[in-house]
Amino acid sequence: MSMLEIRNLHASVNNHEILRGIDLTVNPGEVHSIMGPNGSGKSTLAQVLARRETYEITQGEVLLNGKDLLSMKPEEAAGEGLFMAFQYPVEVPGISNAYFLRAALNAVRKYRGQEELDAMDFLPLLKEKMQLLDMDERFLNRSVNEGFSGGEKKRNEIVQMAVLEPKLAILDETDSGLDIDALKIVAKGVNTMRSKDRAIVLVTHYQRLLNHIVPDFVHVLVDGRIAKSGGPELALELEDKGYSWADAPVAAISK
Amino acid sequence: MSTAKTIQDLTSQDYKWGFVTSVEEDRIPKGLNEDVIRLISAKKEEPEFMLEWRLKAYRHWAAQEKAQAEPKWANVKFPPIDYQNIVYYSAPKKKPELKSLDELDPEILRTYEKLGIPLEEQKRLAGVAVDAVFDSVSVATTFKEKLAEKGVIFCSFSEAVRNHPELVKKYLGSVVPYTDNFFASLNSAVFSDGSFVYVPRGVRCPMELSTYFRINASETGQFERTLIIADEGAYVSYLEGCTAPIRDENQLHAAVVELVALDNAQIKYSTVQNWYPGDKEGRGGIYNFVTKRGKCLGRNSKISWTQVETGSAITWKYPSCILMGDNSIGEFYSVALTNNYQQADTGTKMIHIGKNTRSTVVSKGISAGHGQNTYRGLVKIQKGATGARNYTQCDSLLIGDKCGAHTFPYIEVKNSSARMEHEASTSKIGEDQIFYLRQRGLPTEEAVSMIINGFCKQVFRELPMEFAVEAQKLLSISLEGSVG
Repeated sequence: MSMLEIRNLHASVNNHEILRGIDLTVNPGEVHSIMGPNGSGKSTLAQVLARRETYEITQGEVLLNGKDLLSMKPEEAAGEGLFMAFQYPVEVPGISNAYFLRAALNAVRKYRGQEELDAMDFLPLLKEKMQLLDMDERFLNRSVNEGFSGGEKKRNEIVQMAVLEPKLAILDETDSGLDIDALKIVAKGVNTMRSKDRAIVLVTHYQRLLNHIVPDFVHVLVDGRIAKSGGPELALELEDKGYSWADAPVAAISK
Repeated sequence: MSTAKTIQDLTSQDYKWGFVTSVEEDRIPKGLNEDVIRLISAKKEEPEFMLEWRLKAYRHWAAQEKAQAEPKWANVKFPPIDYQNIVYYSAPKKKPELKSLDELDPEILRTYEKLGIPLEEQKRLAGVAVDAVFDSVSVATTFKEKLAEKGVIFCSFSEAVRNHPELVKKYLGSVVPYTDNFFASLNSAVFSDGSFVYVPRGVRCPMELSTYFRINASETGQFERTLIIADEGAYVSYLEGCTAPIRDENQLHAAVVELVALDNAQIKYSTVQNWYPGDKEGRGGIYNFVTKRGKCLGRNSKISWTQVETGSAITWKYPSCILMGDNSIGEFYSVALTNNYQQADTGTKMIHIGKNTRSTVVSKGISAGHGQNTYRGLVKIQKGATGARNYTQCDSLLIGDKCGAHTFPYIEVKNSSARMEHEASTSKIGEDQIFYLRQRGLPTEEAVSMIINGFCKQVFRELPMEFAVEAQKLLSISLEGSVG
């Protein structure tokens, strides 16, 4: 069974249609990259999958491990193993990273009927994941994302992913705002997470992330539809020729 | 709780009341006049000086009432109170007894369960007739013995008037005079009971004092009066209130709290207030008009107020510090939450008189539903207060788009060496924040509760451990249903 099955997905916000018929299948073990120009609907797709309620689904269906994803609340989707790394991670003043992450992990475990972890069991696990992302010990007691630099916030997203061990991880523009060193750290973290049981969807504007995390499939999103799909070489071609090339046939018709 | 003792007191006083004849009761039904004051004082077998004080207070209040000088400046709205329609001496205040918890409002019962309050304790709070056997008299007794060893006096106000009149005479009204304000005058005239604490010189009170352990605690309520004195070098931490919602038939509450700290003394006063807030449409609920003030009389003394206010339909309360002694310190940490149709106008006054006096104000206001939350604060640096410093932080959090947050900070500085800092912020719990936490697996209510607890952290960490945990739970429960 596929991990994620998107069929003819249409979504709007304020009666403005952003996703206009997306079809996509993602199997366990695969890494897919979704690329596209600004405004093509990449982030909308990520947020619809994470079940953000701002978007109205007008048509289509989405199955997560065979279950109807579109009927789930965000926390239920999380419980079912879906994780989204945010493009703009949110600050939660006064709540430490350690406390927050344990609460999140336990919420997900509770959903799955697993036993909750106490602080003694949780701390070694968190420290191990922090090492992976080169995070300082002080990180534990700092408030979630408060006063973090852009790079720290993105690294924090990957630490969270590593702790929550999702089945399907969606990374929304995780590379944006990262310098090359931070990009390498983040890529290392993501690559460690690759496994035959896990699928990863990378949403990105630039090809450079894909030098460090090599995807199995690349899809180009234009105007709310997938205009082209291919292997990693497609990303290189895009870098070379620009998004207008991928869009060419569609654009010619609409004009 | 020593319910056995309480029951004993209640029954014996009932008896006394009956013995005095019910005719008297008929003669003073509702309303307030000098005879009522005399009667209250007589009932309590008070010495002459107390009666005189009450009468002076009453005369002052009556003049105010006649002049319609009830304070109108607070940012709260309520219909006029008919002061002649209140029973001022209802004897030992007795809540209507229920036969079992089944008769209790299921909503309140559910809250008790969520707070994890033991069954017998639930019964006590709800006013269910309790089996006197369960009660742990021994706890209270051990407690009293331990305090007595150190010379700490901790008793009801009435007992203090009888057994320690010299202390009461010296300090009563020394911080909040009976002329202070309309509600303080009313309280001074008619107060029923309250707590009295005296910690002798050099003594560090060996335990946190809580109304919970005080004999007769169940009698407190409508017109409470508390007086705490920390003698030179003494330390005391006092906890007031209870996280469980308390059933009470009286709508108007006007309490007075006075704290006095002598040289090098420290008083820490923590409150969790959860009086009945009224229903979801704003019907009913307590009017909580409280005057709380501490005087740092001595050098190097310190008074800290920490409050978590979630209850009452209307809260009108400004726990304040008068910093007279040189180097004295005043602190105010507050969380005030208004949900549904609750209104709160709360804050503090820090009056700097002595040299090098310091004060800290941290106020966190949370508004949800149609709640209206006002911070009102005064920082006053008098001429002689050379080297005074104040730090004020005042944050408001809004949940939804029908509530309000208001801030009225007053600053008066008469000494140019003063250093003042004021920070203020208003934020809204965003859909962004909630979505982020939900994506990580937390259901909406847990997400909101986490955001709120983070917002209140600076205040919660000032509370004694156990209180802090309860306060967090209380906030979550008070906000239930306000999001999503």
